Amino acid sequence: MTRITVTVDGTKYSDEVEPRKLLVSYLREDLGKTGTVIGCDTSNCGACTVHLDGTSVKSCNVLAVQADGHEVTTIEGLAQNGELHPVQTAFHECHALQCGYCTPGMIMQTCDLLKNNPDPSEQEIREGLEGNLCRCTGYHNIVKAVQQAARQGHESGTAAADGSPAETADAEQSVGATA
Amino acid sequence: MTITEDRPASNDAAEVGKARTRKEDQRLITGRTKWTDNIVLPGMLHLAMVRSPYAHANITNIDTSEAKTASGVITVVTGEDIKDVQGVNANAWPITPDQVTPTHLPVCIDHVACAGEIVAVVVARTPAEARDAAELVDVDYDVLPAVLDLKEAVNDTVLAHPDLGTNKSAFWKLDSAEQGSGGNVDEAIAKARVDGIVIEREFRQQRLIPAFMEPRSVVVDPTGDQMVVWSATQVPHILRFLIAATMGIPESKVRVIAPDVGGGFGGKLQTTPEEFATIAVSRRLGKPCKYTETRSESLLSGHHGRDQWQKITLAAENDGTVTGLKVDLIANMGAYVAVVGGGVPVLGAWMYNSIYKFPAYQFNCQTVLTNMTWVDAYRGAGRPEATFAIERMMDEFAAVLGRDPLEVREQNWIRHEEFPFTTVAGMTYDSGNYEAATEKAKKLFGYDELRAEQKQRRESGDPVQLGIGVSTFTEMCGLAPSRILGQLNYGAGGWEHASIRMLATGKVEVLTGSSAHGQGHETAWSQIVADRLGVAFEDVEVLHGDTQIAHRGMDTYGSRSLVVGGEAVVRAADKVIAKAKVFAAHLLEASEDDLEFTAGRFQVKGTDKGLAIGEVALAAFAGHNLPDGAEPNIDADATYDPVDFSFPHGTHLCAMEVDTETGATTMRKYACVDDVGTIVNPLIVEGQIHGGLVQGIAQALWEGAEYDENGTLVTGSFVDYTLPTSADTISFISEHTVSPSTTNTLGTKGVGEAGTIASTPAVVNAIVDALRQFGVDDVLMPCTPERVWKAIQAGGAKPGVPAEGEREAAPHFDEGAPNDDRPATPDTTATTQGGAQ
Repeated sequence: MTRITVTVDGTKYSDEVEPRKLLVSYLREDLGKTGTVIGCDTSNCGACTVHLDGTSVKSCNVLAVQADGHEVTTIEGLAQNGELHPVQTAFHECHALQCGYCTPGMIMQTCDLLKNNPDPSEQEIREGLEGNLCRCTGYHNIVKAVQQAARQGHESGTAAADGSPAETADAEQSVGATA
Repeated sequence: MTITEDRPASNDAAEVGKARTRKEDQRLITGRTKWTDNIVLPGMLHLAMVRSPYAHANITNIDTSEAKTASGVITVVTGEDIKDVQGVNANAWPITPDQVTPTHLPVCIDHVACAGEIVAVVVARTPAEARDAAELVDVDYDVLPAVLDLKEAVNDTVLAHPDLGTNKSAFWKLDSAEQGSGGNVDEAIAKARVDGIVIEREFRQQRLIPAFMEPRSVVVDPTGDQMVVWSATQVPHILRFLIAATMGIPESKVRVIAPDVGGGFGGKLQTTPEEFATIAVSRRLGKPCKYTETRSESLLSGHHGRDQWQKITLAAENDGTVTGLKVDLIANMGAYVAVVGGGVPVLGAWMYNSIYKFPAYQFNCQTVLTNMTWVDAYRGAGRPEATFAIERMMDEFAAVLGRDPLEVREQNWIRHEEFPFTTVAGMTYDSGNYEAATEKAKKLFGYDELRAEQKQRRESGDPVQLGIGVSTFTEMCGLAPSRILGQLNYGAGGWEHASIRMLATGKVEVLTGSSAHGQGHETAWSQIVADRLGVAFEDVEVLHGDTQIAHRGMDTYGSRSLVVGGEAVVRAADKVIAKAKVFAAHLLEASEDDLEFTAGRFQVKGTDKGLAIGEVALAAFAGHNLPDGAEPNIDADATYDPVDFSFPHGTHLCAMEVDTETGATTMRKYACVDDVGTIVNPLIVEGQIHGGLVQGIAQALWEGAEYDENGTLVTGSFVDYTLPTSADTISFISEHTVSPSTTNTLGTKGVGEAGTIASTPAVVNAIVDALRQFGVDDVLMPCTPERVWKAIQAGGAKPGVPAEGEREAAPHFDEGAPNDDRPATPDTTATTQGGAQ
């Protein structure tokens, strides 16, 4: 067992974990962060996407020990002070979810996409979400939601993605960044 | 019904028709979800399954000793250990009285009939320890020859279940002459051979995997007097019934809960070996147990869909009028006949004739057992297969005639003034307007402009050719009138139940037996009840998915929820109003005849005296001043058995660009106009259409479950089973026409499967349309670049030369096989020559 210290959704946790334990299992089993879900076992589906130091990662593709000393934001930490993140609002308003299983990952990935590209074209949105599978929506309304969130980001003068409380300058050095 | 007359007139305030954003979303977008795998109970143990790597084998020994001593392992259970208590996975629809139905044990005892079957269950303190120990279970197999080819299976050379003596499960036939709904199809074909047109094609419906996003999970709590089962299921009520019926547990001691369920698409309408194994083990240990599958397990052992060969013969006159349609199916059941099983291809029996006025029709279906994963309903269930075949045939027919495919369809479809129309298959279509939907779709699509561009590209020899695909589909929804299910030997009815509880505080609880998993029932049912009872949308709470709360139900599949379940809600609401009216008359000291119910208020006509329904609910709760003989309660229940199916329809148009140098295909444009009757929530309906479209498009272009020669599923992970991504797909143009159904109060028809049913043939028709000039008249699905390229190369761009790839894709019928109706005079008969340009 290895001791790790991780800040998740603003709370600092210190735990003994098996070195092989995946970050997603640590989040779900040890911390009860069940908003983040597991959809596959080959890192294809992106349902488990979270932010590690402000950059999206598939948390099934990161070991818990790799998160030691880092900050993690999950879907449960995205809304701030009772206010939904603009991407969450856009997903609701555009009916960009049905069963909702892919939604946490899809929203987290959208935040990352818009942070890197606040004004994406439809093709850039589609390519930016390629690593996140949805079986219900046919992606049509997800694309619309991302477009709406991007527009709102412009109107308010801030990128819609700036809701993550854990962005840091060395985000690019994070492990397991989503392709 | 006087109540119906009293309901609020449609106006701007009406909830039905409003694009309400969903009530469900709040918890789903914030991660406050209750998926089955989230559930943790004190002392809960975790299960891992030991699965057969072989497609067909006898189990000669299972050594669990090493696994039992591994860290954290409580026990290892074999099929032998629980043979008396594990129940069976039942087939609810034996399609013939003599159907051959192998016994499907949740945990195998001595024989495995497909790879992935459970042979032992490891129980441990953590999921990781259970999985580690599963590797230590040593199973000896005596490997048997496996039957993996559907057509070979029919010959019974190698048997999937040697003890049954045959692979042929059942043969089911519908003949319009025999049942009196039409003429003799063989006569129609014979006549067409002499002086008309006969087109024969064989299509392959590849095997698909539903691939819902939430892997299946089950938690069983056997503590206390009543066992609670949480499961990621579409069918909590059916599951409860079958647990009781096959495991020897009184139904009243079983509570099944489907909490948040992450998609199903038919894939979760099964009662699964994993559920039954978890129940048996949990009861054996007296401890709560959880089993959650990995995605790879899900793809291997959750039921698959489709997997049919379809031989179709279409007879017509030279002027383009269809005269007969004959269908011969072989349908793969896999290793076992699943809960609907052979009923899936049979559901297509009434749909091959589709919207066309065939005077003669015959449907033959042979279901077959193989050593592959079991097959059951996948979005559309029998109807996508039927729609694909007929819509491909209508395009082939138009090509033979050298006419526009929409024009040929219109010549043969039911005109809007002919409804209600009883078809050659014996179904009565209540309403529809194919002309209006097609007209609208053509405009949205830019049909004439795209045809002009296609012509220009052909003439200029553009390496990227354009194809336009048409699909004018119908389907039957609202499963199903119980009397018809009874006639078909289905094991249950097709009714649905609803209850409405009028709370003292003015809130309204709606209990529905139709358990949602993404369809938005909570929102749509709230809209219906808000309109009906004149209460605020926000004041309605919809409860479902728990057999102790919504105690009666038939669950969610077959686009039945709104058409059947929604009607039950309407009727329960009307009963509430009827009960409340007695109270209101008493409290207002008026005659019931003098009351009118508008916008949630009972008003004494011509006065300002009135009571809101919430005030009546409070008065009933208090019970201080009751009408004579009345109970202090205005709650009501309704169980609705549909009088008939509903028949949504639509026109779907697809433009595909095909790179003739590489075989790569790109979707250029997709426009559809669907008529699903009255729309309760346009936002939800659009979402259903979009998602359905992509699943149907995926069958045409990407998805297919592939096995190797040993019966190993080689598309057993999301690396290999190619679900479409956002980058593979486009945005769609989708609109509606509205022909309200005449068989239910709201006029709804069902939308859950429409997109999937309609889109597959539109895409393949577009690809074939682009390639027809190269002598190609079919491409096997999924139409990968390799298959498209090979079809072009084999065709050699020579008109009239059958393409090699085409032969592989659509073989000529075998000599002596059904439908091998050789042309008597080749001049007058168009077969698979592919010569039409």
